Amino acid sequence: MLEIKNLRVSVLDIDDSEILKGIDLTVKTGEVHAIMGPNGSGKSTLANVLMGRTEYVITEGDILYDGESIIDLLPEKRAHLGMFLAFQYPAEIPGVRPWQFLKAALDAKADSRGEEKMSIRDFSKLFDEKVEAVGINPQLVKRSLNEGFSGGEKKRNEMLQLEVLQPELAILDETDSGLDVDALRIVAHGVNSMRSPERSFIIVTHYQRLLNYIKPDVVHILVEGKIVKTGGPELALDVEKDGYKQYTSVGASA
Amino acid sequence: MTLAAPPTSVEKYAAAFESLSDSGTPDWLIATRLQAWANFSELGIPTARRGNELWKYTNLRPLADAGFEYGQIGPVSLDQIKSAGPWDDAWDTVVVVDGNFSAQLSSLNGTPGLTAGSLGEAIAAGTDNLESQFASLAGRENYAFTALNTAFAADGAYIGIAADTRLTTPVHVVFVTSDPTSSRATYPRLLISASSNSSLTIVESYINLSESSQLTVPVTEVFSDHDSQIRHYRIQIENEKSFHIGTARVNQKAGSSFTSTSFATGALIGRNDVHTQLDEPGAECTLHGLYMTSGQQQQDQEISTTHARPNCTSHQFYKGILSGKSHAVFSGKVVVERDAQKSVANQKDLNLMLSRGARIDAKPSLEIFADDVKCAHGATAGHVDRDTLFYLRSRGVDEETAKAILIRGFADEMLDEFEPAALREFVERTTDDRIATLLAESDTLGTV
Ligand SMILES: Nc1ncnc2c1ncn2[C@@H]1O[C@H](COP(=O)(O)OP(=O)(O)O)[C@@H](O)[C@H]1O
Ligand SMILES: [Mg+2]
Repeated sequence: MLEIKNLRVSVLDIDDSEILKGIDLTVKTGEVHAIMGPNGSGKSTLANVLMGRTEYVITEGDILYDGESIIDLLPEKRAHLGMFLAFQYPAEIPGVRPWQFLKAALDAKADSRGEEKMSIRDFSKLFDEKVEAVGINPQLVKRSLNEGFSGGEKKRNEMLQLEVLQPELAILDETDSGLDVDALRIVAHGVNSMRSPERSFIIVTHYQRLLNYIKPDVVHILVEGKIVKTGGPELALDVEKDGYKQYTSVGASA
Repeated sequence: MTLAAPPTSVEKYAAAFESLSDSGTPDWLIATRLQAWANFSELGIPTARRGNELWKYTNLRPLADAGFEYGQIGPVSLDQIKSAGPWDDAWDTVVVVDGNFSAQLSSLNGTPGLTAGSLGEAIAAGTDNLESQFASLAGRENYAFTALNTAFAADGAYIGIAADTRLTTPVHVVFVTSDPTSSRATYPRLLISASSNSSLTIVESYINLSESSQLTVPVTEVFSDHDSQIRHYRIQIENEKSFHIGTARVNQKAGSSFTSTSFATGALIGRNDVHTQLDEPGAECTLHGLYMTSGQQQQDQEISTTHARPNCTSHQFYKGILSGKSHAVFSGKVVVERDAQKSVANQKDLNLMLSRGARIDAKPSLEIFADDVKCAHGATAGHVDRDTLFYLRSRGVDEETAKAILIRGFADEMLDEFEPAALREFVERTTDDRIATLLAESDTLGTV
């Protein structure tokens, strides 16, 4: 599904700003991968580069989606392919109503795939269902996209979009941070219920906490722009116990 | 006339003024016109900006330098009017072409309690209070444009609503500039008189069927008697070579409410000057508006409210979307007089800047002479940043659509204010068309 090959990334127009220093990572269809790492290690940069953010330049390497390079594709095209990013810090967008916006997003995706658009009636039903599932205040999502939302409400709103758009590859960038246990359960439940042999997840997290609820197939430790260790779910427990210090001294990719 | 050296811009209007016919005009109106002309002759088109608070930010030189002919051209067809502006067959519609009422184009349903039609005829018929109302709010003060309009006052529209009459269907007054090839000046005039306990929805629209540069100088006077409710809308969609310098003066008695929403996207230089006088206790006014500018347009909102008596409430809330090299001004003023205790006043002006070349001068101001008041004001000029655009695109919406969604999102809060369905549909459609132009001239949207 996703292959990241020796990916090196810098910030556009800033010299010596390399953030990702040769990432190799393969996510097979149906797998759930967790990427863990200390603050500033490059987790969000990786997530954003995968989605096509243009403030970053890829200086080396490639990203393949279903075997095709996507590094020249616009973000919206990547979304049409089935990719989705739940942002660590979702933008506040006054006036734009989630219902209308999500319908537009879904229609655009259907359009580009030559599929039929969902009827307004079906969409409304789906939307209301998901609003309830993620436990977001229905009044809140009538108004504005994220404007005046608390941190937790923003994350629930990201889950709402994820569940409505039903992507094939979902990247969750610290969707768990700032959430209480109830909200955390909702995120976990959302992911677990969407988990299927056709869908993959990359779950970026700083803490092991979320992984108590979502059992990843593979865990990667990202430190200073490199994946220093890859293993099974037990790796997350090591981090919980001993922190990231042990890996900064390792220095080499696993 | 008698003045030694009138400003040069005045001469351009003198011949037209001399040509006005007095026949059938009551003496009081002739006297009012002469006085207004004398006033205008002295003032001229205000081109001096230094020290002139009212025109500090707007350059009227292009208007002062231009020349305009005067007189009705027509004819105009109903289809032209219907396709150029908002329209609903169910509304009572008064059509005024080049300043003159057109019985043929108007459609009046004989609604009980409503007097709607020609201002000239209402004056000739000696309609109650009209002599004392006319030009009592606008036309005698030292202001060039109300003076100019009043000097040429002959006809226009009169809307009167009887006490205790509550109308739910809107009354539409359409001021049409007909289709001349030359540049002309028109002086639309509207007088609204809402008696006690009445309620009225009124749409005031300005439609320009011409492609050449026109001057429109409208004056609207509104009398809100006690406990009346007026829901007013103003649509200004002149062509982008034209000048539209509008003035509305509203006087509100006890317990009355006046709510006005303006939609201003047209004209090379457009001005919406509104003053509400909260003259008796418990009056309330809400002044809203959306302005959109592109190219070389200048759009001014000159909005002021005076709280003269206690327990009155005023809200001013405007939104602007600016692109190209356009320039907008929001000058909001609230005066709370000494006697006006327990006043509540809010002022807000929010702008979305889409280009480096666009400029906004926003100056909300409060002058408070009472001590028990609740007032708040604020103004912002914002832009759409990269994060916002990326957020929408990452969900599958292409760049152009995402930008249009963002602009519509900003405008929607104001568009929601346009309640009558046909009006709402019109402003939405016009906004969407306008967004295409705004986007084409945008160089900062989603880049900063
Ligand atoms: N657009 C940018 N401009 C400059 N520096 C950036 C930018 N994006 C990320 N960085 C830097 O790259 C490093 C990694 O950031 P980030 O990917 O957000 O880390 P994480 O998500 O792991 O906390 C940090 O030092 C951060 O300051
Ligand atoms: Mg991060």
